[in-house]
Amino acid sequence: MSNRQGMGRYIVQRILYMLLTMFVITLMCFILIKLLPLPLIKEQGRDPTLVLLRREKMGYNKPIMVQFFLYMKGIFTEWYWGVGEQMYDSLPIWDVMMQKLPYTVVVNLYSILISIPLGLLLGIYAALKKNKWQDATISTLVMVFISVPSYVYAFLVQYIFCFKLQWFPLLLASESEAGSLMSWTMFKSMVPAVMSLSFGVIAGFTRYTRAELSEVLTGDYMLLARTKGLTKRQAISRHAMRNAMVVILPMIIGEFIGILGGSLIIENIFGIPGIGNLYINSINLRDYNFFMALTIFYTLIGLVSGIVIDISYGFIDPRIRMGSKK
Amino acid sequence: MTTNQNNFNLNDIPQEKFEFVQLNETLHDERIKTKAIGYVGDAWIRFRKDKSAVIAFILILVLALFAIIVPLLSSYTVEFRDAYYRNIMPRLPLFKNAGFWDGGKNLTLNKAGYLYYQAIGAETGKSAIISLKKEYVDSTGEMRYDVRTDSYHRIGFVYQNLSQSEYESLMAYQNETGKQVIYPLAKTHNATSEAYVNGNDGANFWYKLVDESRTTSGEPVLDENGNFIPNYVTSSNENEAGYNSLRIEGDGQDGVWYVYAFRNGRTGNYYKVRVNYEEYFIYKNGFSPNFIFGTNVHGQDIFTCLAIAARFSLLLAIAVASINFIIGVIYGSVAGYYGGWVDMLMERISDILASVPFMVVATLFQLHLAEKVGPVISLLFAFIMTGWVGTASRVRTQFYRFKGQEYVLAARTLGASDRRLIFKHIFPNSLGTIITGAVMTIPGVIFSESMLSYLHIINLDTSRTLTSIGTMLSQGQAQLQNYPHEILFPALFIAILEISFNLFGNGLRDALNPSLRGADN
Repeated sequence: MSNRQGMGRYIVQRILYMLLTMFVITLMCFILIKLLPLPLIKEQGRDPTLVLLRREKMGYNKPIMVQFFLYMKGIFTEWYWGVGEQMYDSLPIWDVMMQKLPYTVVVNLYSILISIPLGLLLGIYAALKKNKWQDATISTLVMVFISVPSYVYAFLVQYIFCFKLQWFPLLLASESEAGSLMSWTMFKSMVPAVMSLSFGVIAGFTRYTRAELSEVLTGDYMLLARTKGLTKRQAISRHAMRNAMVVILPMIIGEFIGILGGSLIIENIFGIPGIGNLYINSINLRDYNFFMALTIFYTLIGLVSGIVIDISYGFIDPRIRMGSKK
Repeated sequence: MTTNQNNFNLNDIPQEKFEFVQLNETLHDERIKTKAIGYVGDAWIRFRKDKSAVIAFILILVLALFAIIVPLLSSYTVEFRDAYYRNIMPRLPLFKNAGFWDGGKNLTLNKAGYLYYQAIGAETGKSAIISLKKEYVDSTGEMRYDVRTDSYHRIGFVYQNLSQSEYESLMAYQNETGKQVIYPLAKTHNATSEAYVNGNDGANFWYKLVDESRTTSGEPVLDENGNFIPNYVTSSNENEAGYNSLRIEGDGQDGVWYVYAFRNGRTGNYYKVRVNYEEYFIYKNGFSPNFIFGTNVHGQDIFTCLAIAARFSLLLAIAVASINFIIGVIYGSVAGYYGGWVDMLMERISDILASVPFMVVATLFQLHLAEKVGPVISLLFAFIMTGWVGTASRVRTQFYRFKGQEYVLAARTLGASDRRLIFKHIFPNSLGTIITGAVMTIPGVIFSESMLSYLHIINLDTSRTLTSIGTMLSQGQAQLQNYPHEILFPALFIAILEISFNLFGNGLRDALNPSLRGADN
């Protein structure tokens, strides 16, 4: 009973801290972004008086703290995140982001749906064959695949599968030619990006699973399970896997939250019109409204996944209850 | 047993039964004869046993040496850009006849193209075709030739506009060395696209073509022996345009002379000449062209650029790692040692900093500072801004682990000051973990830097002396289909570097912290 209360207090405390952190970061970034010189009027290629008038109307001439207040007010009262200036002219930023998000999510979702099961299987296999040649091979490959940067896979995949074998198109299909995001054409054009993203994740999960499982396998209760007559298979599935999952499951949850953020460089290489691409464009074109909104977005993903992972430990394993440890 | 034999009670041993072992000197434990092994020595012994870490360390040293030595010895620089030797294939003189790494490029040509390359060899004496692999008729009934062309020789000839002094010194060079650089001007053809691939304005068409019209296929007329028929500009004046230097064979028959230069420009002070580009390159630069890793689309030597990029990456990473190490150690020690509200406040601050995505930090620093202090310094600031948080939290954890231990409490009881406790008693114990952490940040920094420059968030394109692996990767990516070597070498370099650093870091961790051996293995 007290345990549950402790957990509740812990969660509330963590969320409050998160909100504080979020607020400070938003304020810092807002000030830093507002201190940047606005893009020159002539670059916008429009009537200068209109541009000035528009900037006045959007409050760009007010003191920064007032602007910050208005920004916050806009978000909390009307869910208004500003409009695009240099790109997606005058379109609400939130709408544009929601339009881009599906690409990022779908590509990354495919990737982790493939890599997590594969990583787990390889990890379990390596742990069961610990210190045999199978384990040595897997571990060496894991070391290599974890170290090599994801863009190197991207170049390899692009060269081998897109240029040499010509199995897949070089860039992501556009929505008009593919019909919809879930169509076969779209899926086929996503394969190179999904592959490039997956190598590292598979290696990461393999390493993690192997480490956890091989530690669990040496536990006394495993010996007991075997002594009381369980077969090796039974002992592993009923006792070892469950205990290893206590640590692995939060990592899986973290991966699922991480799909929102995606990978800047993979989106860039394969021309995926996702959130990462939006971020790069907002910097190159100096669209600070997009930059600000995406900063908040990325920060929030990081913070939320941190909290969810920590809390999920407590829910998965009653032995770990953060709030009650003090 | 003894009691029974000697018939006396153990409690009542007679005094004369006792005797001293010796009385002359005091007794010691046996002296330790071996030399004491210190912490470092101990770590070294453990490190040596980890073969993969040793190999990784050697690889890192080799790559670092490459990065230091090559820029010093190379004939090329980042600034060196050759207008004609673009997208040249890698060549190592050692592999001259190996069939790879010989500067060759496989092409499939039609008849006109095949003869075009043969003509270059016929005029310069240096064959542009390394080998003819296959000769066949394709489905449309045309002849096809699978050949391996020499990407250096196939440049052949280019037109150059020289000023009068340049023209004269080039002629003087010819007379002095006896090397033919300037060749007779060819009559203008409407050259086929093949000639423009190399950007030399069709300077290689020195022979008669079947069809001189605009839609020419570029196919040459051959004489009865199968030789090309020269189609040079001729004159009755031997020294047309002031040429008085070497002449090619067959020149000057029947009072007809080949023309080696046109006076050009409004004032007539420019000389348009047709030069053998390889010889001209030697004349201009003083060394013969050889690009071990080939050249990129700008005509830069990839070998040198890669070394300079690697030097930049390594220096940046080491600078970031050491600065973060210092800040992190001070911050983490204070937070971990004092605990309480100091710790809480400091934790909040570092938590906030750690929660800002690194991409955002790097971008903000670039936008604010790149114009004032340059992209490199602002990148360094960005890495330092949030990078130390990791070190600080590691140090803090170590302090929590050690500060309550008996030996620290004992030292405190004896009156040791805070500073002494921190730096003499706690810090050395946590050094292993902290150093490992610092080394492990190096591959991360190299990766992030290459990613930022690949995405052009930091922009080194304008720099004349610096390039980065990310910049090279993004240049190479545009040529991935036709010239994969341009991306292969930078990608291979960074992959090997990352693998080596991770292996080395693991070895270092096991060596410095034996208790953590195989922690995530």
